[in-house]
Amino acid sequence: MSDTTTSGPMLAADGTPLKTSLARALRRQKLRALALIAPLLLFVVITFIIPIASMLLRSVENEIVSNTMPQATEALQSWDASSDTPPDEAVFQALYFDLFRAAEAKEHTKLGTRLNYEQTGTSSLFRTSGRNLDKVGEEWQDPIEDIAPALKDGETWYAMMSGTGGEALLESRRALWNQMVPGDFGGDVGLTLSTEIIELLPLTSAAYADWAIFEALEKGRDVSSRDPWEAVYAALGLDLRAEATVAAVNAYQGPHADDLRLLTANLDQLPDLTFRDAFADLDEDWLDPEVWQTIQIYSPSYTSGYFLNAVDMEKGPEGAQARPDNQRIYNKLFVRTLWMSLVITASCIVLGYPVAWILANLPMRTANVLMILVLLPFWTSLLVRTSAWKVLLQQQGVINDILVWLGFVDDANRLILMNNATGTVIAMTHILLPFMILPLYSVMKTIPPTYLRAAKSLGATNWTAFWRVYFPQSVPGIGAGSILVFILAIGYYITPEIVGGTDGVFISNRIAYHISSSLNWGLAAALGTILLAVVLLLYWLYDRIVGIDNVKLGG
Amino acid sequence: MLDASVDQSFVKFDRVQKSYDGENLVVKDLNLSMPKGEFLTMLGPSGSGKTTCLMMLAGFETATHGEILLDGNPINNIPPHKRGIGMVFQNYALFPHMTVAENLAFPLEVRKMDKATREEKVKRALDMVQMGAFGGRRPAQLSGGQQQRIALARALVFEPELVLMDEPLGALDKQLREHMQFEITRLAHDLGITTVYVTHDQTEALTMSDRVAVFEDGRIQQLAPPDTLYEEPENSFVAQFIGENNTLEGVVTKINGPDLCEVKLDGGELIDAKPVNVSNVGDRTRVSIRPERVEMNQERLQDGAHTLKAEVLEFIYMGDIFRTRLRVAGNEEFVVKTRNAPDQARLKPGTHVDIGWLPQDCRALDA
Repeated sequence: MSDTTTSGPMLAADGTPLKTSLARALRRQKLRALALIAPLLLFVVITFIIPIASMLLRSVENEIVSNTMPQATEALQSWDASSDTPPDEAVFQALYFDLFRAAEAKEHTKLGTRLNYEQTGTSSLFRTSGRNLDKVGEEWQDPIEDIAPALKDGETWYAMMSGTGGEALLESRRALWNQMVPGDFGGDVGLTLSTEIIELLPLTSAAYADWAIFEALEKGRDVSSRDPWEAVYAALGLDLRAEATVAAVNAYQGPHADDLRLLTANLDQLPDLTFRDAFADLDEDWLDPEVWQTIQIYSPSYTSGYFLNAVDMEKGPEGAQARPDNQRIYNKLFVRTLWMSLVITASCIVLGYPVAWILANLPMRTANVLMILVLLPFWTSLLVRTSAWKVLLQQQGVINDILVWLGFVDDANRLILMNNATGTVIAMTHILLPFMILPLYSVMKTIPPTYLRAAKSLGATNWTAFWRVYFPQSVPGIGAGSILVFILAIGYYITPEIVGGTDGVFISNRIAYHISSSLNWGLAAALGTILLAVVLLLYWLYDRIVGIDNVKLGG
Repeated sequence: MLDASVDQSFVKFDRVQKSYDGENLVVKDLNLSMPKGEFLTMLGPSGSGKTTCLMMLAGFETATHGEILLDGNPINNIPPHKRGIGMVFQNYALFPHMTVAENLAFPLEVRKMDKATREEKVKRALDMVQMGAFGGRRPAQLSGGQQQRIALARALVFEPELVLMDEPLGALDKQLREHMQFEITRLAHDLGITTVYVTHDQTEALTMSDRVAVFEDGRIQQLAPPDTLYEEPENSFVAQFIGENNTLEGVVTKINGPDLCEVKLDGGELIDAKPVNVSNVGDRTRVSIRPERVEMNQERLQDGAHTLKAEVLEFIYMGDIFRTRLRVAGNEEFVVKTRNAPDQARLKPGTHVDIGWLPQDCRALDA
């Protein structure tokens, strides 16, 4: 540009650069335009874009596993999934404390449901285990209370654990609670752990902090007088197993040190229980490596599992693999949805084109009256129209009755027009027909009749004139109508649901099922995302082949 | 031009009537004969039935009564695509989805000509309208004048013997229109094509045609070559419609043979005029005089000229001519056109002058 090389930027009359001056002049206009669209923009963003985005995010989001079992998933990372043996004791120990917390907060069933999508049976495994987890802790609690009766009392515990400097541990445990049950655990717990006891009994301190936070903030009780839950006793038992801890306890001078020393003196009375055995006792399945494989595969915060599911694949230890034949459903449904949408679009073109042509070539008055007939279905509820088709199409319905009465069909072999693909195609073609006729009509309206006259005056027969001159000019209308009908059809739900039976349902019916019945929102989101991607891809293809400029809705 | 006597009625309308609603006749009793090679213009105000006639000839409308003959054969029942008549439409009707060359090849293609012939004919037609370089363009990429040429070339490319044009120059600006008028006439005469041209622009009609048919109220008011039409209009409508005209109203008082009568104007003045369609003493009449046939310079008045007193109301300088508006015998819209000559006086409003004209330029028409 010459103005930058030779004379510098172009200047306005007052000496400011022209661009700045222009931008300033346009800013007010832009702001006003923005203000005008702001209400609608806000409405769309809040009610449409944000919910859709969050819904789509669900298709990859998988934080529930690591949020509910933060310690177990971390411990499980080093486990070799292909080893065919269950993980070691450290994992089971972490699982115990995680699951205990989850069971108290009633979160373990949600996790079970989530993992059940990937491996059947997980749901009941988590439910029954969570219910019986208390018994594991009691294995420690009973002997500890026998040896040191003072530890039966919540006040003893509170005095023993309290001190100064332990805020960091409390906060880190609070963060874990917040992950599991978002945002529930703010406020004062009424407890400050002592640094000495944290150093002396790390597991016990963590378990006590967990309990104190839950007791104070979820149940609203005063932790200084309440008895801690069983997991705290189990943690104490575990802490005391270490020789170094025993020595340290014997040297400890803090509150209730003598009670602890009672325990170290009677270590032989504490159970020699492993959590692995305890869990195996609760449910044999905990020793099944497949359960652990599933947990390990789904422990990252984001997963491609839902998407793999949506295309009939699953995540195995060696990566993605096809599902067994009898579990494949979605690919077939996608193909059927696409194919039936195409058939519906084609029938709409075949039925709609002549109607649009007649409408466009009639005098305005007559055309307007007939247009009302085209628009009439819009004023009737979709549900009513589809139900009407049910009446018409069923085997004892109007159409079959007429055909039998006319003798075209034998009474014993009435046509099956409903609860299959035929029903869906018939009803949806009828319902989507206006969306084909309207753009076709508005495009045809703009084609002057002189073109046909000109073609005929040049020697073309009626058919040639139509095919060579009129039809090519109406193609933009066909394009617009087809895109409209196809995209509407591909996401249709109500009509296939009512008249589609099993052979005539679309992928959208499956999405609805996962949203409202199976509550597998992640899979529903993945299916929806794929559907959206397919539509965008087809739109892009259409643009490449036909050109979106050639799509006219009128004018 | 072909010898006109060979085929005096190449196109013939025989007592043709047309009604759209069964109540009103749009075309009332049309009779018209056209020799081969003639350039005939149908001229008239809108709603006069001229376009309907063209559409009946093209086959897009059917005559309610009467017959249309082309080259001696009745064509009422022949569909438009079999008539072999070229047509240029008002808005050109070039097919927007085809290139210029494809547009031109279309009539040849539907006539099943082979590719080589097609290409050659298209090229020749494009060269004919000086558009040889534009074959690959789309109509939308051309200017109005260029589209007009292409439309013309398309109507001519399949060598029809009859070409119809429906106000083809209506959408062009004045300069281009004048240029195209000349070009269309040249092409039509060079190729010896019989042309029916519809327009409401009288200048176009006068400059282009061999004969002009003036339409009004579903009838041909006068069918004549341009000069006859202008100089010898047969009734008041034609006199008013073609060119500028001064009208004085009065009553016939005396008829002195076929070429002279006496008219007493409503203002009381007596003038001589040529009786055209007045036959009886006592008939009311409109006397018509062309503005350029009125003389204001007494010295130039020829023998036998008739003089009247007039008062100048307005003087307009128009370059090549002066236009003077006068009050003559009570008519305040009496216009005189004089050539801008050195000795021509430029009259001031309010001046009283004597004006005069020859009785044969003064035509007594129907009232």
